[in-house]
Amino acid sequence: MRRIRAFGQFWWDFVVGDDWRAAAGIVLAIGATASLVAGGVDAWWLMPIAVAAILWLSLRRAAS
Amino acid sequence: MTAAFLVASAFLASAVEFVEALTIVLASGVTRGWRSSLIGLGAATVALAAIVGALGPALTLIPISILRLVVGGLLLAFGLQWLRKAILRSSGYKALHDEDAIFAQETAEARGAEVEKRAGLDWYGFTLSFKGVLLEGLEVAFIVLTFGSAQGSIALAALGAGIALVLVAVVGVLVRAPLARVPENTLKFAVGVMLTTFGIFWSAEGAGADWPGDDASLPVVLVFVCALSFAAVATLRRRRPAFA
Repeated sequence: MRRIRAFGQFWWDFVVGDDWRAAAGIVLAIGATASLVAGGVDAWWLMPIAVAAILWLSLRRAAS
Repeated sequence: MTAAFLVASAFLASAVEFVEALTIVLASGVTRGWRSSLIGLGAATVALAAIVGALGPALTLIPISILRLVVGGLLLAFGLQWLRKAILRSSGYKALHDEDAIFAQETAEARGAEVEKRAGLDWYGFTLSFKGVLLEGLEVAFIVLTFGSAQGSIALAALGAGIALVLVAVVGVLVRAPLARVPENTLKFAVGVMLTTFGIFWSAEGAGADWPGDDASLPVVLVFVCALSFAAVATLRRRRPAFA
């Protein structure tokens, strides 16, 4: 059980890192882009805007 | 243009990880003896080759749009972590990565550890070297496989990583000291920018969006991420003038 937890922790640290909100924001932004595309909007512009917002919020949290 | 980006990104990301792995192997070799450390290095290299050999062909079987969606998301998660730390270091909110200090800490810990022989090897030296190289190498393998497969050329990404490996290994053998003069934060900043750029590009494409001008928009995204990062550093420095 301890090894499974350590294995899961390794991958969590490896992919998500120390700001899970940023990772959740990326998933939401990709989902929103896919939804807009499915609705007929070519939403290539959404990811750059979302990444700017996610990065800034993450930096504000780290700096405060 | 995209091929050059691909090789450069794989080279920079790999160079940073290889420098960190070199510091650990040197610390292990100097304190615990070179034989166990180099066997640990070799065993980790074989394990990494097996991982790349097993996963590489499997990734090519996944449809490119799904691959780009997943890889784009992962690269964004990875890239934003690197970029965030590099911005915080550049603006004085986080201490700079110091290979000399890490080397000193690793050697002190390695000297203090008891000698335990297993299979004729100093087990501490072997595991320190093996774990260090495997963990740093996993990031390189991840970047090479994801970059290469999403762009349709694992060979080009591997070329970038290979050049970095040879360069770091040659310099490491020549100086036999941690590569403290490598501008590590600058490299990490560049890698964060590139991973984030590719992440934005591929995740949007994977989600079904079409970039204006297709691949030609990649440099525009790169300029956008650079501008965003420099603006963040400038803003954070203004907020913390004592560290600027």
